[in-house]
Amino acid sequence: MDEYEAASVRPNDMPLPVQNYVMIEREEPPSYLKEHTIRSWLLTTDHKRIGLLYLFSIIVFFAIAATAAAIMRLNLLTPRGDLVQAETYNKLFTTHGVLMVWFFLIPSIPSVLGNFVLPLMLGARDLAFPKLNLLSWYIFILGGAIALYALLVGGVDTGWTFYTPYSSTYSNSHVALMAAGVFINGFSSILTGLNFIVTTHKLRAPGMTWMRLRLFVWSMYATSLILVLATPVLAMTLTLMALERIWHVGVFDPALGGDPLLFQHLFWFYSHPAVYIMILPGMGVVSELVCAFSKKRVFGYMFVAFASLAIALLGFLVWGHHMFVSSQSVFAGMIFSFLSFAVAVPSAIKIFNWTATLYRGSISLDTPMLYAIGFIGLFTVGGMTGLFLATLGVDVHFHDTYFVIAHFHYIMVGGMVMAFMGGLHFWWPKISGRLYPEFLGKMTAIVTFIGFNLTFFPQFILGYLGMPRRYHAYPEQFQVYNDLSTAGASILGLGYLLPLCYLIWSCRYGKRAANNPWGVKGFEWETTSPPPVHNFEQPPVQTEEVYNYPPPGNEAVAD
Amino acid sequence: MSRVLLAEIQFFPDQASKMAVRVDTLLIWLILLTGFVTFAIAVVVIYFLAKYRKRAAADRSPPKTENLAVEVTWSVIPFVIFLGMFGWGAKIYFKESIDPKNAMEVHVIGKQWMWKLEHLQGKREINELHVPLGQTVKLMMTSQDVIHSFFMPAFRIKQDVLPGRYTTEWFKATKLGSYRIFCAQYCGTNHALMTGQVIVMTPTDFAAWLKTGRETVSVAQRGEQLFHSFGCSGCHAAQAAVRAPLLEGIYGSQVPLADGRIVHADERYLRDCILIPNTQIVAGFEPVMPSFQGRISEDDLFAIITYLMSIGSSPPEANIPNR
Ligand code: HEM
Ligand SMILES: [Cu+2]
Repeated sequence: MDEYEAASVRPNDMPLPVQNYVMIEREEPPSYLKEHTIRSWLLTTDHKRIGLLYLFSIIVFFAIAATAAAIMRLNLLTPRGDLVQAETYNKLFTTHGVLMVWFFLIPSIPSVLGNFVLPLMLGARDLAFPKLNLLSWYIFILGGAIALYALLVGGVDTGWTFYTPYSSTYSNSHVALMAAGVFINGFSSILTGLNFIVTTHKLRAPGMTWMRLRLFVWSMYATSLILVLATPVLAMTLTLMALERIWHVGVFDPALGGDPLLFQHLFWFYSHPAVYIMILPGMGVVSELVCAFSKKRVFGYMFVAFASLAIALLGFLVWGHHMFVSSQSVFAGMIFSFLSFAVAVPSAIKIFNWTATLYRGSISLDTPMLYAIGFIGLFTVGGMTGLFLATLGVDVHFHDTYFVIAHFHYIMVGGMVMAFMGGLHFWWPKISGRLYPEFLGKMTAIVTFIGFNLTFFPQFILGYLGMPRRYHAYPEQFQVYNDLSTAGASILGLGYLLPLCYLIWSCRYGKRAANNPWGVKGFEWETTSPPPVHNFEQPPVQTEEVYNYPPPGNEAVAD
Repeated sequence: MSRVLLAEIQFFPDQASKMAVRVDTLLIWLILLTGFVTFAIAVVVIYFLAKYRKRAAADRSPPKTENLAVEVTWSVIPFVIFLGMFGWGAKIYFKESIDPKNAMEVHVIGKQWMWKLEHLQGKREINELHVPLGQTVKLMMTSQDVIHSFFMPAFRIKQDVLPGRYTTEWFKATKLGSYRIFCAQYCGTNHALMTGQVIVMTPTDFAAWLKTGRETVSVAQRGEQLFHSFGCSGCHAAQAAVRAPLLEGIYGSQVPLADGRIVHADERYLRDCILIPNTQIVAGFEPVMPSFQGRISEDDLFAIITYLMSIGSSPPEANIPNR
């Protein structure tokens, strides 16, 4: 029995190993994980603990949403859709979409990793409004509880897009309840965004000018702007839909004198910016990872930073590209198509800059870096196929087919979830104070990459062949591709299960992490792993440019 | 066995119109271009990863980390390429949106979960659309309930079908055969069953097919009967007691409204006049027309409008009130 197992009951009470080089004579302040009571978790205002509360909650939502997806994929093994009934299938994809978008992906990087590392990166003791931060978690849980209740009492069959008049008049499921859950959840987003914006403005360490901000902070800032500006539109839209559903106030249903397209305009006015909420944070993480594992300053700092802002702002102007065949005017279609191409430019800039950052770096391919490379590849494919969809004549064919499904999964799962996993591994030593098993980590990253491509690449072909999305059954010629996709999904599932196991394992049995296990720049690596309650013993001061790595030297470096 | 399986695997969708060829040509260029760029990025990334991996000796003298010229280059070049994609795609879209000349019109009504179609000769079908080869076909579509979308992959076209308004799409088949119709917009429980077939026939076969089945009157004739039975002709006739606009020649004319607007009298205008007449009062007339909302089916509405279109020959002056 080694010393870690012996200490497994309360691992954090154990003195840090002596080889930890920041351990000078002084006593370490107690780690933020030290207190163990339920109360100390549920009433905490520590941004690090709140980040973990979010982590636990989104894992639950992810698990439910992933189970729904697994059942859908099994159902699609056969053309007739033998496993579940159409009604059930429709509820499954709605559950999957709603939970994945609002209860997993939107809070994933911002509320978990952002909460944990943003104040550390800024050299702050906490977010600007710690109590508000806790409140936003409770709101999130309340919204989530209502959404789950809606599922338990029978579910919803509208799809995550809630298109009217189906949702407002025709659907016989618990639409209003689900909308209430999403509506409430929105306030959590708004509060988190607000907190991040104020924190970035007000709590930067001395010497940290805007041009010395970490790129992750820039991306969180851009994301927060969207959260604050776009989410209220979603709230209004869902409210109008619920009003029509419950009291027959005619807004969207033509039978009541409304206009069904109005809903789509309002919905996408929120949801297109929201898709950027689901990628900008990932881009921020990848910027960090690429610098950290090349030991180099990012190429074109200003361009990468401002590209985030450009994406956030331009993202508000392209909602109509979801409506090219909705009967919006040809002229509107053209404008939205043009602007969609414009918004792709900053994304392209980022990819080129990351690639250039690798040049003459000193690159180590640890697990987080593997995820980052995976991100770059998959995001590129997702972005390129986004261009196909922005191309008017082509989108007429692709719209509402599996091509669209593949496109956004390449970006949201291949991009954002990869980045989330990369970031989680990268900061895991800081979060838990332990190292995860590196070899398993690398294998998992590779398994995820393979499983992902096998799941979603066939869907591009399916879409081109004409298979519409949201189909519970399909013509026989589509079967091969559907079966490939289902096979891939099982591999992908493994890629998500493994980290869950070995990360939990590492909390007890992992090696203790040094303060800066990756040997990288950044305030979060200057404090202990895990950090003390107030993050830093002495408030840090930024005296140099950001990512100011010393020249790596020409020689080979042994591990 | 395995040969059978391979034969069943489809790599390309059917290509049954010029439009499909047009879309595919653009698509192939897009695939080549983006494929090449993606491949190039992958090659560069992998090359860097290998060359500059920590354990390899390499020239690591610090490069510049800011370079405006480089940034501008790799922003402007993609943008210019994007403009090309935009223009090409927009051209196709524009072509699809132009109202085709000499088209054979077919009425389509979407409802949960079937397609009801009617040819102008009065022939009706469900979930099937028979069309002659080489003839432009224009679908005039509406929905009885939620939003649907009429999608024909073999022709690369799709158009949402909305309640409360008409939308159109057109295609011209260049290949005999039968092709799939899908509802592409999620519309409820049996969305996946709202499918059908387009059957492209030779013009002679089509003419023969039109004559099969029950004897039918044309849609316009049926519309005329409805025009009387719904009581429209009670007011909209020269000898009527109530003063209402005469409808000969109305279709396609410019109609001055009481609020000063001048509107183009298309299908949508006519539809709205029948269902929500008070929103567009013709200049010089009293708002006395009752609404037919809820009293008239989409079917019959199509017929009446078709009838009004068929009497669109006489001069539009008939509508200008003489004071
Ligand atoms: C490179 C820039 C991008 C372009 C040009 C682009 C373009 C498009 C277009 C035109 C559509 C509509 C397709 C259709 O419904 O017919 C679409 C759908 C979608 N895109 Fe993108 N996209 C881009 C990046 C992203 C990003 C970054 C995300 C999210 C992280 C994203 C997520 C989505 C989602 C969720 C949908 C479909 C929503 C639905 O119908 O359920 N896209 N994209
Ligand atoms: Cu969008």
